[in-house]
Amino acid sequence: MIRRVWKPAVFAACLLPLANLGWKGWKGELGANPIEVITHSTGLWTLIFLLVTLTVTPARKLLAMPWLIRFRRMLGLFAFFYGCLHLLTYVWLDKFFDLHDMVKDIAKRPFITVGFAGFGLLVPLAVTSTRKMIQRLGGMRWRWLHRLIYLSAMAGVVHFYWQVKKDVTRPLYYAGVLALLLGYRIAAYLVPKLTWHVVAQPAPAPSVERET
Amino acid sequence: MLFKKAADLLSREVTGKDLYLNRRKFLAGAAGAGAAALAGERLYRVLAPAEVVRAGMKLDTVKQADFAGGEKETPYKDVTNYNNFYEFGTDKYNPASEAPKYLHPRPWSVAVEGLVKQPKTYDVDSLLKMFPLEERIYRHRCVEGWSMVIPWLGFPLGDFLRRVEPASKARFVEFTTLYDPKQMPGQNTRVLDWPYVEGLRLDEAMHPLTLLTFGLYGETLPNQNGAPIRLVIPWKYGFKSIKSVVRIRLVASQPATTWNRAAPNEYGFYSNVNPDVDHPRWSQARERRIGEFYKRKTLMFNGYADQVARLYNGMDLRKYF
Repeated sequence: MIRRVWKPAVFAACLLPLANLGWKGWKGELGANPIEVITHSTGLWTLIFLLVTLTVTPARKLLAMPWLIRFRRMLGLFAFFYGCLHLLTYVWLDKFFDLHDMVKDIAKRPFITVGFAGFGLLVPLAVTSTRKMIQRLGGMRWRWLHRLIYLSAMAGVVHFYWQVKKDVTRPLYYAGVLALLLGYRIAAYLVPKLTWHVVAQPAPAPSVERET
Repeated sequence: MLFKKAADLLSREVTGKDLYLNRRKFLAGAAGAGAAALAGERLYRVLAPAEVVRAGMKLDTVKQADFAGGEKETPYKDVTNYNNFYEFGTDKYNPASEAPKYLHPRPWSVAVEGLVKQPKTYDVDSLLKMFPLEERIYRHRCVEGWSMVIPWLGFPLGDFLRRVEPASKARFVEFTTLYDPKQMPGQNTRVLDWPYVEGLRLDEAMHPLTLLTFGLYGETLPNQNGAPIRLVIPWKYGFKSIKSVVRIRLVASQPATTWNRAAPNEYGFYSNVNPDVDHPRWSQARERRIGEFYKRKTLMFNGYADQVARLYNGMDLRKYF
């Protein structure tokens, strides 16, 4: 059921933000500054997918829905996918492949630097997302490596916060959600009993991706 | 092209006087005589003095001048839908959706105070008729890195200031936007310190490019663009061009301006368009002209260096950004 129905459904849903952009772009409804809309939208969805990915573990434990883990890789890869689109809009539509200008930007502008760092941290995660790579690395090392997502999401929030001219309400909202999600992990580490008793199986072992 | 316009600009006062002497004829509807006096200038329908002015109403201009080097005007739809006007929300599309609902640009008065020989409160419609309106096509560069080309309607602020006679001690001019959270719901949030205040050095305010603006695209200003009266200072970042002005005060020392107080390291008092001085968080070397795909190089003083650079002779523009 999950494999045949839910996974394709979630996959399609994850493409909706892109489809929406494409549709509005086609109809010329992206407003006066379409490139700005595309840049902001792809960036925002990168952050949203990072946060949704980070919600999987707390949700499966607190709500006793262990099967949620089977969507985690897909959600994480969608974060990477929207991150790639976001980076592409910067490289292409903002800098027009001017390498010199980009290097200067990365070195000089903290919000660009931190944005690049956030994206860079996702690359090893995407590369090691296959079952083969999990097996090659071993579950323990794989899990440590994939904790880079915490740093990446933090970089994403800071990138958003620094980019805004004055009204930081929305970046703060995302920062709050991230703080909750990371706070859960700290709590779970400090007081394992509080959260880990909900489901019998404690570890989000990567092997759960196997369809059993 | 620009040089030609610069010369045109400097001779503006002569034309202005010519027009001024002819204004009764204009107002009386003797358009033919006026037009003859202004050989070659385009003339619009003449506003009858008794007529009530409403938002979106046609305004008459006695002359048109292109100060944007023949660059294509940004479509009306974009000029009136993509705005920064935090009094109506921080999203670009908030002003267009909210300002028409809340702001009442008539009746409207503007107080002239401080170091002037003729302090007075003016009704905006009497202000509007004080000097002949000109249409001026200016480049408009936002500090965020986008730009437009906009046909504004107004007359030089300097003409008006000369009329109210600044006292000899006056060195700066402070402008204040309406403060009324009922008409400007964004003022219920604390995103900026209300009311919005902007300022110019007196010589900047007197510069013939500084336009006291009542309209755009041939009509009175839409609410989201700063109805009924705003400033346009084309060589400075857009936020200096304060909207919906209710007070003009001449002062002796540099006024504390809103964005400067909000982030002194990011928004200087001068805020002249300068591709060589970056915003601390982003580059100002290029800009995205609304409607264009590729970015343009930003011009020094937004392309008005020939006219205004002399105002800043000897000043370190990195320090006085």
